Amino acid sequence: MSLERFINQAVSSWMSEEGPDSDIVLSSRIRLARNFENFKFPTLFSHEEAQAIIKKMEDIMQESNFTKYGQMELLKIDEIQPLQKRVLVEKHLISPNLAEESPYGAVLLTENEEVSIMINEEDHIRIQCLFPGLQLTEALEAANEVDDWLESHIHFGYDEKHGYLTSCPTNVGTGLRASVMMHLPGLILTQQINRIIPAINQLGLVVRGIYGEGSEALGNIFQISNQITLGKSEEDICRDLNGVVSQLISQERSAREALRKTSNIQLEDRVFRSYGVLSNCRIIETKEAAKCLSDVRLGIDMGYIDHLPKNILNELMILTQPGFLQQYAGGHLRANERDIRRAALIRERLKMEQDKM
Amino acid sequence: MICQECNQRPAALHFTKIINGEKTEVNLCEKCAQEKGEMFMFTGGNGFTFNNLLAGLLNIDPSVQKQNQNTFHQEEVLQCSGCSMTFPQFIKVGRFGCAHCYETFKEQLPPVLRRLHSGNWSHSGKIPKRIGGGIHLKKQVENLKSELKELIQQEEFEKAAQIRDEIRTLEKGLSGSSKGGE
Repeated sequence: MSLERFINQAVSSWMSEEGPDSDIVLSSRIRLARNFENFKFPTLFSHEEAQAIIKKMEDIMQESNFTKYGQMELLKIDEIQPLQKRVLVEKHLISPNLAEESPYGAVLLTENEEVSIMINEEDHIRIQCLFPGLQLTEALEAANEVDDWLESHIHFGYDEKHGYLTSCPTNVGTGLRASVMMHLPGLILTQQINRIIPAINQLGLVVRGIYGEGSEALGNIFQISNQITLGKSEEDICRDLNGVVSQLISQERSAREALRKTSNIQLEDRVFRSYGVLSNCRIIETKEAAKCLSDVRLGIDMGYIDHLPKNILNELMILTQPGFLQQYAGGHLRANERDIRRAALIRERLKMEQDKM
Repeated sequence: MICQECNQRPAALHFTKIINGEKTEVNLCEKCAQEKGEMFMFTGGNGFTFNNLLAGLLNIDPSVQKQNQNTFHQEEVLQCSGCSMTFPQFIKVGRFGCAHCYETFKEQLPPVLRRLHSGNWSHSGKIPKRIGGGIHLKKQVENLKSELKELIQQEEFEKAAQIRDEIRTLEKGLSGSSKGGE
């Protein structure tokens, strides 16, 4: 398969389209956790209950397909190839937990992959909406529409005092996790990030690396999300997160401007060195690739590089993950083979842009 | 022993995975472990740490301990009729068994929830439509009342007056709807 076709098939809308403030905010995500009232939660439910839930979801889709965000397709975890599962995780469409530890898991995906519904993960249902740029309100609205659609068919576990009842007490109430993925190289280069992260934590928000809990901030990409799900309305949770994110955006912008003023040539040097590495390397590890991609993206945002599209960071960050590389290669690759593949893919992708000039 | 992933470097990390009784031996070198580790780290590990943290958090909570003592005196353990989970089990696992657990353990929950949600223990967000308009209105009034308080504190009296009128109309509707239901 040609790289161009592979990319077209592999890329979800949040990776290729631009949204508001997408020079800094890569994507906005809303997740709602819901459970059937009369089934045990996935930690305890029986095989029959798990099947009944999947059956119910299939019935709902047949009865009244929700097509606002495109046709939906149901994938059962035990019927997906391990490599394909990994790719879905790398695209943030399913959680590692659903891929690895949910034998009865399934996922409903829309065509453009903006909406996905995980079934039988930690909760029976997790609605997820992933939009490009800073669009928390829009994503929340979409999630609510999906929720209303499901709610017209399912009695969700809910009580007046605790709100939506979830398997884990950290999600109870709204069941809402709002998160925003941000590219913050300026705050790292100016060493402000170490001061900022504790401040964000104090506001009841969590800062993590690109692949969720426990992962480091590859390529200067951070995920910021709410911790509290109870006692605040969905709108308030999003508004609070939005406020902090807007602050971070303006801090990042002024950090970039400060860098331009104080060390313009050093910054330009850094950008083009990284560009040089990416366009000439023959072997490259995930970490180095992420660092160089971050530099190049910064170079594009700041106008040092003008022949590359902005979304190249989003796209290549995902496409150079192990699962994707192996899918592109059409089979299992060992770590050192992946490093070679990764280098080849990046070179070829950059060449595609040069040929366009 | 040589790393099973790259078959080049000596394996530095040895461990045995047991999933559903099935044993798998894994031997990796530091480099491959790092690459794979990104997948491993957030599959199993985190749940455990969270559970441990939750258990620790519950154990140091005096109000929960007291309640535990009480139930001990009565020599009965609180058990959910929906999924047979007991409160000690919940503390150990950190997850509820079913939606009914929230009702079963409602006396024990407020301190737990307060700790997890910075002091909050009651829901003030979305309400399913099937629950009915009554709660919708009631919640709406509650929300408006807290908004009113804030506005008065900020001395925004004009806006406050508007909110007050809104509350009045809603309250009229509320008493109307409850009468209608009777």
